[in-house]
Amino acid sequence: MRVFLLTISLLLNLAAVAPAAEEPKRGGILTYLIPADGGPTLDGHKETTYAVLHATAPFYSTLIRINPENPKSATDFICDLCTEMPVPTDNGLTYTFKIRTGVKFHDGTPLDAHDVAVSWRRVVFPPEGVSSARRTNFVMVDKIEDPDDTTVIFRLKFPTLSFVPAMANPWSYIYSRHMLEKDPHYYERNVMGSGPFKFASMEVGQSVTGVRNPDYYFPGQPYLDGFHAIFAPKQQTRVDAIRADRASNEFRGESPQARDQLLKELGDKITVQESDWNCGNVLTPNHTRKPFNDVRVRKALFMAIDQWNGARALSKIAVVKTVGGIVFPGSPLAATHDELIAMPGFDPDIEKSRAEARRLLKEAGAEGLSFEMLNRNVDQPYVIVGTWLVDEFRKIGVTVTQKIVPTGPWLEAMRAGDFAVALEANCQDVVNPIADTGRYLPHKLYSENFAFHDDPKQVEIYDRMVRETDPTKVRVLMREYEKQVLEVGAHQLPVTWWYRILPMRSYVKGWKISSSHYLNQNLANIWLDK
Amino acid sequence: MYQYILKRVLLTIPTLIGAAALVFLLMRLIPGDICLVRLGGGGSSFDPKALANCHAEIGIDRPFIVQFLEFIWGAMRLDFGTSMWSGKPVITEIAARLPVSLEIAVLATVVAVSIAIPLGTISALKQNSWLDVLVRVFAIGGIATPSFWIGIVSILLVLDISGWITGTPWMPPIDYVPFWKDPLANLSMVVLPAVTVGYRYAAVSMRMTRSAMLEVMKEDYIRTARAKGLINKLIINRHALKNALLPIVTLIGIEFAFLIGGLVVTEQVFNLNGVGRLFVQAVQNQDYTLTQALVMLTVAVFVFTNLAVDLLYAWLDPRIRFN
Amino acid sequence: MSVTVFDPNAIDLRPPVWSRVLRFCTRQPLGTFGLVLVLIIAVTGMFAEVLAPYNPTANDFGAMTEAPSAGHWLGTDQFGRDLLSRIIFGARTALIVGLSSAFVGGSLGLVLGVGSAYVGGMVDMIMQRVFDVVMAFPLIIMALAIVSIFGTGVQNVIIAITIPLIPRCARVVRSAALVIREVPYVDAARACGFSASRIILRHMVPNVMAPFLIMVTAFVGQAILAEASLSYLGLGVQEPVPAWGLMLQGGAEEYASTAPWIAIFPGVAIMLSVLGINLFGDALRDTLDPKLRDR
Repeated sequence: MRVFLLTISLLLNLAAVAPAAEEPKRGGILTYLIPADGGPTLDGHKETTYAVLHATAPFYSTLIRINPENPKSATDFICDLCTEMPVPTDNGLTYTFKIRTGVKFHDGTPLDAHDVAVSWRRVVFPPEGVSSARRTNFVMVDKIEDPDDTTVIFRLKFPTLSFVPAMANPWSYIYSRHMLEKDPHYYERNVMGSGPFKFASMEVGQSVTGVRNPDYYFPGQPYLDGFHAIFAPKQQTRVDAIRADRASNEFRGESPQARDQLLKELGDKITVQESDWNCGNVLTPNHTRKPFNDVRVRKALFMAIDQWNGARALSKIAVVKTVGGIVFPGSPLAATHDELIAMPGFDPDIEKSRAEARRLLKEAGAEGLSFEMLNRNVDQPYVIVGTWLVDEFRKIGVTVTQKIVPTGPWLEAMRAGDFAVALEANCQDVVNPIADTGRYLPHKLYSENFAFHDDPKQVEIYDRMVRETDPTKVRVLMREYEKQVLEVGAHQLPVTWWYRILPMRSYVKGWKISSSHYLNQNLANIWLDK
Repeated sequence: MYQYILKRVLLTIPTLIGAAALVFLLMRLIPGDICLVRLGGGGSSFDPKALANCHAEIGIDRPFIVQFLEFIWGAMRLDFGTSMWSGKPVITEIAARLPVSLEIAVLATVVAVSIAIPLGTISALKQNSWLDVLVRVFAIGGIATPSFWIGIVSILLVLDISGWITGTPWMPPIDYVPFWKDPLANLSMVVLPAVTVGYRYAAVSMRMTRSAMLEVMKEDYIRTARAKGLINKLIINRHALKNALLPIVTLIGIEFAFLIGGLVVTEQVFNLNGVGRLFVQAVQNQDYTLTQALVMLTVAVFVFTNLAVDLLYAWLDPRIRFN
Repeated sequence: MSVTVFDPNAIDLRPPVWSRVLRFCTRQPLGTFGLVLVLIIAVTGMFAEVLAPYNPTANDFGAMTEAPSAGHWLGTDQFGRDLLSRIIFGARTALIVGLSSAFVGGSLGLVLGVGSAYVGGMVDMIMQRVFDVVMAFPLIIMALAIVSIFGTGVQNVIIAITIPLIPRCARVVRSAALVIREVPYVDAARACGFSASRIILRHMVPNVMAPFLIMVTAFVGQAILAEASLSYLGLGVQEPVPAWGLMLQGGAEEYASTAPWIAIFPGVAIMLSVLGINLFGDALRDTLDPKLRDR
């Protein structure tokens, strides 16, 4: 009897200390949705929409990437094609990458350091006629050298903390230099990479299919036999599809009500992962238009907005949640709560804030102001945030109507300065606060900033910050920079950071959410528990 | 009669050219720049040099008249150039999406006609009875309810009901398989949209059938046939229906041409990769070449359907045939 | 299509107006029902400020997606806005869009159709071709293009819906007017040297009134549906303006399971309006021209 009880308890104890992690199962096809219409081309260097990334990332390798086991981290970078993360030499001016051997492209040809160098030169120094969307992130790169088959050397013009995070961006696919030599635009229409999945087929405007790459250089991966990605721009279609198990998930982020509906209907057949999103809306007054050239008017507009209560309420109906300054709220460089509430637009005492706003308007002679706010016709969250702001402005006696237009005219109007106040967006991939906050620089330095303002002091602070390598000093400079943007100049206001909610069928395992819908999309470590 | 046919055929030419000019003009009046949409949009960094590349690539920096002539010349050879958005030939883009739309259009027509003509006839014969009232309410419901609302409600009903009955909610497949590959999947995907589009089509046709039949039933020759003692069924089939068919067929033909309007909204609701959805995308992306081609396709369908109906009219109506 | 010819010089032996209206009501119960519906909506739209319990654009984050209750008879939407107030003000938007598009489109169509019929010849042929071209574009697509050019918002939606309606009206009016042109006494009037405007206004226009009125009533219903479709596509009236079509776009599908009232009530509102308009239009047709019954 005692032996029996002992055996039982021993077995129970073993069960208790058994590893919680499950063994990945091989096999199965992952069917997921891409919440957009198909993008224009298939070239990761050229395009900027997640529609292209979600459809093509599984086919390609990059040099380094965010660690898929720890994707929420902003500093945990690991090698994809390199052998180990390089240590910078020459006072931070040189980064030497050693490339893996034995890697093959899907057509059987070998991949070496020369392919890596050619691909990266295409990103950083695009040849005539070739577009590279993220070229401006690499202004610090002076030269890219490939002295032999396994070494790539990046030489910088000045040392900076923003280089490595920029290198980890998910768009810098490594292409075959042979294909690029034959046709520099080859990759706009074709897929041929070295990633975990091989291109199988594509139905125009409808779906993309990939199959396992048996020669993938991470042994055992990918676990999936293949994947099938379907373009589904309408939210209700996606929710219905997940309900009916026509697809298991999408990879961008769904609205809170979609999550609630799925949880209600499917219970534990659905697992929800959530994260702060490295995306936010930015309220941008046009500094070349009266009266928005007056800092008092801009400040007044910012102070009318009850961000704290607003974000809390909106988080129930929209993909927003966190109130933050210009830096991604999860980052160590972000403002603390106390630092934040000192700036206009962040005071929790909204009545006091609004009274001050009215006083500022009066002082500036802009009482009874009315204007049209330019917005993009995407419900989540642009239109919802815009609708909220309209009512907030009403509370300080400012009448606002929304001019909601499709993406094309929205960009065009902003570019031409043909608006009074616009609701912009700020979406980045790898959390790289120094590079990410460059978007607040004046238009002549950052072409996607449509505030059309000028602020030499702001530029000067930024310049110092980019070249600073001591993290504590960087933080001090970042606070100065933020104060210049939000308080002294009141140029633009981040209005709520977005929030990523990802409901996924529970049988999909291995994928971990990060703060950007651009990251961790090569699907190599995903497996299906069914 | 041949004069009539020739005249009608020749008249299609100015209509087509006029439509081409109109769509060309309309597209270029839309503010915005397709290259901006392609290159920008996320709020992250942007390369101004790429903009110039893009403009040159797709040729929108050339003078308007050059672009227009190229369009007309291409249209005549059925070569509509390449899509400004994706760079693929327009014909490829449209051909990839035509099967779904065509299937829905044909199915909707079948559904509509098979409901409308019998119900409309019965409604006319039993005028003012409760059956008539029921049919008329049904018809007016089809005209008064927004089709996308019907679509939304139908998807939800199917999901909920299948959930109650079988435990797992069922939804038609969301990516298109051609009929020959998997007939069941294919049909299950198009049946709900076809019914949604077909309901309104049926409603309009039903009303026309009813009124045409009522009109014909009042004619003298019907009264004579009845006086002669012919069986009612014979009267209806041999005399009434045949004569009433002319305006009914006319209406069905014209309404078919208008189906594409209904498709635009329906394809959004059901997430179908069809021509209607392509239309909305093309206009929003300001893809001139694609939009122009799609509009010409729609106009051509409209013009040639009308032509076919007119010719049918000429053939069926002896007064015109022997003019 | 035959049209009864109206002779302005004949003595009017018909019974007084109120008696004719009463006869209409008794003979056409469905039509009267439709008229009553339309009148209810019209009154609601006109006196929206008085009737609506809340401000239709005021967000109330403490009352988001609440079910119908004593405080909110039809519930609230995702912003906490009172649905009843939004539907009442939506009636105003629907009326404005519907009536403006229908009347402006109809009137321009009337002028162009009658003018084209009267002048005849080459002008008529060219106008016909122009009508053909515009009519060859489905309404939704034309509206899409116009909204893309001019932008969204109530005014532009009205323009977008009016333009496709013009040739449709002109076509019908022209056929009716053509019949009149050949009638002997109009010929005689021309021979007598009566001015064109006199002939048009005193003879042609009154006789095309019947089909014209029928078309216009049909247009109002079509315009309301077109606005709903455009808003559904995101191209119509924009937030936070209350409009039934817009309400069906934002809340309808997302909250269909959790808060169905957001989708049901605007849909019912649209249905009842268009139903009423169509029933009334049908009855009007029956009264004005029995030969066109139930077409």
